[in-house]
Amino acid sequence: MKPPILLPFIALLILSACAEQANPELNIYSSRKEALIKPVLDQFTAATGIEVNLVTGKDDALIERLRAEGAASPADVLITVDAGRLYRAKAQGLTQAINSTVVTQAIPATYRDPDNHWFGLSLRARPIMYAKDRVDPSTLTDYASITAQQWQGKVCIRSSSNIYNQSLVASMIASEGVEAVETWAAGVVNNFARQPVGGDRDQIKAVAAGQCDLAVANTYYLFGMLQSDDAAEVAAAEQVAVFWPNQADRGTHVNVSGIAVTKAAKNRDHAQQLLEFLVQAEAQSWYANANGEYPVTADIEAHPLLAAWGDFKKDALNLSRLGELNPEAVKIMDRAGWP
Amino acid sequence: MKPRIHKSATWLWLLSLVFVLPFVALLWQAVTPESAVWQHLSTTVLPVYLQQSLWLLLGVGVGTLLLGVSTAWLVARYVFPGHRHWQWLLILPMAMPGYIVAYAYTWWLDVAGPLQSTLRAQFGWSFDDYWFPNIRSLGGAVLVLTVVLYPYVYLLSRAAFQQLSKQMWEAHQLAGGQNFFRRMALPLARPAIFGGLALVMMETLADYGTVQFFGINTLTTGIFKTWFGLGSLSGAAQIACLLLGLVLLIMGLEKVWRGAARYDVVNDGLPGTQKTTLRGWRAWLGTLWCGLVVGLGFVAPLVLLLLMAGQSQIKLWWTDFMALIINTFWVASLAALVTVAVALLAQYVKRHTHHRPTQRLVQSLGLGYAIPGLVIAVGVSMAYGWLDQGINGLRAWYADAPAMLFFSGGFIALITAYVIRFLAVAMKPLEAAYQGISHTYDEASLLTGNSHQQTFRRIHWPLLKSSLWTAALLVFVDLLKELPATLVLRPFNFNTLAVKAYELASDERLADAAIPALSIVAVGLLPVLLLNKRINRAHDNHP
Repeated sequence: MKPPILLPFIALLILSACAEQANPELNIYSSRKEALIKPVLDQFTAATGIEVNLVTGKDDALIERLRAEGAASPADVLITVDAGRLYRAKAQGLTQAINSTVVTQAIPATYRDPDNHWFGLSLRARPIMYAKDRVDPSTLTDYASITAQQWQGKVCIRSSSNIYNQSLVASMIASEGVEAVETWAAGVVNNFARQPVGGDRDQIKAVAAGQCDLAVANTYYLFGMLQSDDAAEVAAAEQVAVFWPNQADRGTHVNVSGIAVTKAAKNRDHAQQLLEFLVQAEAQSWYANANGEYPVTADIEAHPLLAAWGDFKKDALNLSRLGELNPEAVKIMDRAGWP
Repeated sequence: MKPRIHKSATWLWLLSLVFVLPFVALLWQAVTPESAVWQHLSTTVLPVYLQQSLWLLLGVGVGTLLLGVSTAWLVARYVFPGHRHWQWLLILPMAMPGYIVAYAYTWWLDVAGPLQSTLRAQFGWSFDDYWFPNIRSLGGAVLVLTVVLYPYVYLLSRAAFQQLSKQMWEAHQLAGGQNFFRRMALPLARPAIFGGLALVMMETLADYGTVQFFGINTLTTGIFKTWFGLGSLSGAAQIACLLLGLVLLIMGLEKVWRGAARYDVVNDGLPGTQKTTLRGWRAWLGTLWCGLVVGLGFVAPLVLLLLMAGQSQIKLWWTDFMALIINTFWVASLAALVTVAVALLAQYVKRHTHHRPTQRLVQSLGLGYAIPGLVIAVGVSMAYGWLDQGINGLRAWYADAPAMLFFSGGFIALITAYVIRFLAVAMKPLEAAYQGISHTYDEASLLTGNSHQQTFRRIHWPLLKSSLWTAALLVFVDLLKELPATLVLRPFNFNTLAVKAYELASDERLADAAIPALSIVAVGLLPVLLLNKRINRAHDNHP
């Protein structure tokens, strides 16, 4: 029959089968964007001589790929931007424990898996943001504040498909229980300024533009806007301030971007070297500052811009719980009619 | 049935295993009962997903018919200012991915965008003082998808209108000559128009990038939310089956709409009818209409992207950028080649077989076009994962060899997903071309002692060549824009322009995404223009 149909397949089969290399290497699946990780990986290569290969993509798709590839997976390391996803990878048996005192001493227990299957690398907070000229911050106390009658039609928050909202709601379930959160979600929907569209930056911009007075967004988006070369973006960001909710009780919701070593890892030692490299002061500081996040290790100072928003109490919930409660969180938002 | 054909049919069945396996993997998940999830979905979000999908489908369907058929009729039958140029300008929106057009319009028209900000600053308005249409809405999604997808209807119906022969026109004149368009042209072009419409509808159902960006909750976005948010692959697979049901419905409708008649195009070899010259305001109206359509689908997004690029802070190295372009180009070329080869095999078998299941098989091979790329990608990775684990099991048992990947994680998986996704696009022009080759040719050839293979080589191949190019170019342009499957299946250290644009846009850096986005358009323009030339020439040289 027609050779052209099969030829490329055969050629590729042969090609991909002989792609074995002798150099020390490390293969990474990452949902953290290339620009926010490649430079630090290059530093790692320069320091250790280990070549790093990278595929970026969405958390869940990468986890699915890892699962499908099973023991033969080339991936040694999984990097995600949400603790819930790391939990899910662990729950599916795709990760393994790394017991390195260098790492466990550097990262507080809240921000890593109890069995050391995964580790947070940078912290992201999800506070309330408000219009400086229209909102008196003394009227705000906690996440429930955005459901108050006075903010009807004034709240901007993104869709319930978004993982950051799912994790926020999961953290609330953990401390307040399903029923209370159900009421809260209905209250938020009731106060929507518009149907949820866009990302966190869009919510912040909508506050600046006057469509809403309050928004919930991750801090690094505000950071990114303030650092922008675009004057309009900076001007918008400057009209918006950060309010740290729940300071009197559990603290503001935080999540991590984190890392796990896969069960299938062929280069486990290299992976461990990378972990130890990433918790060093210099790498931590770059990793957090590149994206305006907070370092996960205690002794590193945050970027001056972040420091200007002040210290805040962080929710001390072990982040594994975010993963466990994620499906419940989605169901609550679905029932509340949160698109 | 002759043995040669028997052999190609066998090949097709074997090859289609590759197609079926990913769907089996997904169905396997769908039948794992998780009634609690289904219960939750059907009482809360599913009606919304279904409703939004149907409205989107209706809106885009009506919109593309209106734009596509009207412009095709204009350029095929009339002379008006710029008609020679409109004829190719009208297909340019094909080079624009829907999600990129969505980025561009949103950047400009959003509450915080330049236009509304300027309005507020200029007139001292605050947000509540004025009304402005919201681009991020169902209506916005309909608009964006309509202006990028209408070229499918335009291209196919233009070709059909151009093929209306002089004899038909004369016959029509003799019969009274009332309303040639409605009485003759439309019914005769119906198969082509609905062929285009079916592609548009499948593309609309499978769209994820645009609707997700606009916050519209369709079945596609629902699949991902169920899967990732609820962690329920089976719930997601069940929604995917619902989507598949809709696709079957569309394919069925296409059949009904086309009517029972199979038109063997009887071309008398005479040039088409003389074009009518439009005069006065009618002529300008024609120009204005074409200008509006091209403006919305191509010029405006292009200008906006250029403005965005002007604001971009990104520093792309020339070498990195070249690598992106080269990667995009060669992977799309290779995949287009494979896709067209498979489509040709399928159509060849279909022409010759009377075997019912085989005919059904060929029809169902096009289904993948309506499945979101990400769903196909995951199906492929699951299926190839099984295969690899099987091979590794054997290897371990045989030679104690270490586990490695054969099918997954490389270009094989990626190209498989591409072929599944875009086979329908390659099959449409080939199917039409094969229908245009009268069976009498085959009979004559066989009678003179040619074998089936020789008939293919001597009769079909020369007549099909032009359509093969058309098919390859169509697929190539689609592949340039493909995002979700590439994102999930690509090998290590391999990026394409679409992936780059997506990464920047999903990081909410729309302005920075403009440069890779512009490159996708630039790389796509050449094949789109070639495509137009081909279709024109095919018409001129028709036997």
